[in-house]
Amino acid sequence: MTQLKKIEPPLTMDVFTAGLWKENPVFVMMLGLCPTLAVTNTLENSLGMSAATIFVLVGSNALISALRHLIPKQIRIIAYIIIIATFVTIVDYLIQAISLDLHNKLGAFIQLIVVNCLILGRAEAYASKNSFTKTVVSALGMGLGFTLALIALGSVRELLGAGQLLGYQIFSSNFEPWVVMILPPGGFIVLGAWLLLFNYLQQRKIDQLIVKDQASHCSISSN
Amino acid sequence: MSNTPEKQQPQFPQSSVLITTLGIIAMLSGLLVVIVYEYTQPIIAENQRLATEKAIFKVLPTAKTRLTFLVDGEKLKLADDKTMGELLYAGYDKNNQLVGVALNAAAQGYQDMVKLLYSYQPDTGCITGYDVLKSTETPGFGTKITTDEDFLANFNCLQAHVNEAQTELKNMIKTVRHGTKQQPFEIDAISGSTITSNAVGRMLNQSGQKLHPLISKNLTFLKKSKPP
Repeated sequence: MTQLKKIEPPLTMDVFTAGLWKENPVFVMMLGLCPTLAVTNTLENSLGMSAATIFVLVGSNALISALRHLIPKQIRIIAYIIIIATFVTIVDYLIQAISLDLHNKLGAFIQLIVVNCLILGRAEAYASKNSFTKTVVSALGMGLGFTLALIALGSVRELLGAGQLLGYQIFSSNFEPWVVMILPPGGFIVLGAWLLLFNYLQQRKIDQLIVKDQASHCSISSN
Repeated sequence: MSNTPEKQQPQFPQSSVLITTLGIIAMLSGLLVVIVYEYTQPIIAENQRLATEKAIFKVLPTAKTRLTFLVDGEKLKLADDKTMGELLYAGYDKNNQLVGVALNAAAQGYQDMVKLLYSYQPDTGCITGYDVLKSTETPGFGTKITTDEDFLANFNCLQAHVNEAQTELKNMIKTVRHGTKQQPFEIDAISGSTITSNAVGRMLNQSGQKLHPLISKNLTFLKKSKPP
């Protein structure tokens, strides 16, 4: 029996943009919430964690995609974890070389990237099934989507929790900081608020499409 | 035995294939890690040296030069920053007079280990300040140990004398509840940041019990040592 060859869909802009909005890892897929809640108490930490995650996501997914035909499926998960752990170790050394201060601030959360389900999830769901180029583009999109989410949380939390952004004072000295925002409950509160906004915007878009669809049906029937 | 057709089992690769694949991936990973480690290790060491240097001159502001010493049992030995082991740093003014000693201290805080470098004046027996080398304490609470003026006032001269036998501290350094400090060897805790305040007291006591008697015994050597 001849086997039909799977035809891979072409590389389009959608592969990149899906991670930014439509399939945003935090706001839509709810992946990687541990670092999202833990290190977003300041914008600087958010940017540091985002850069580290993008590096690990792109590097590990690219290598997994390149080796996908060589890794037997029975040992794929353990192989993926070894590859991801390698890139996490590399990024740990790199951050120490670039900024010891940032390394101290991010603490154990750098090493914990290895258990970020966003990375293993993308490796299993995408990198193991798609070409190298598509995987890199998709991982970049996902990484930037993750960055957007962390910036959204980090900026709100730092602004309300300390009256600052990237260490610069934004509000006057009369502003009483909402300390809860830079504490763990603040992470949940701000994430909840962003999810509410995201879902509202999505629902509004769906409602607009339904109204548009009904209007076009009416015009066809009246003709 | 029934004659029902057996389900076709998926082909399972030989164990040797699985072991070889995992071995190759592990070797590749090891190689990548070693290459990056070899490249970044000197940069990281230099970063750490600069951070330590900055902290030493911050806690010993009158020092112009410094020497590094290695703790070797009951003695101190001249060393450099690359020496492995427990190190302490002596600061000297422009006349090569000893102005103080900078010592490392660490204890478990609320989130993780808190590491400090603090200054000790052997002549007066006072701890006169510290710099936080590592802390992941809760912003707005645990981080107050670097900003709270009342707490920092504890270190204008925190008494850390050595007893006459030079075996331990004369009085144990301890953190007390906010507003109840009565002795010069007590640390007045920060209200709302008790765990980190306690960690500071604990680490200074641990370090003091071990290193202050050693400094007293080797004080002449420290004073006689001259920076290049």
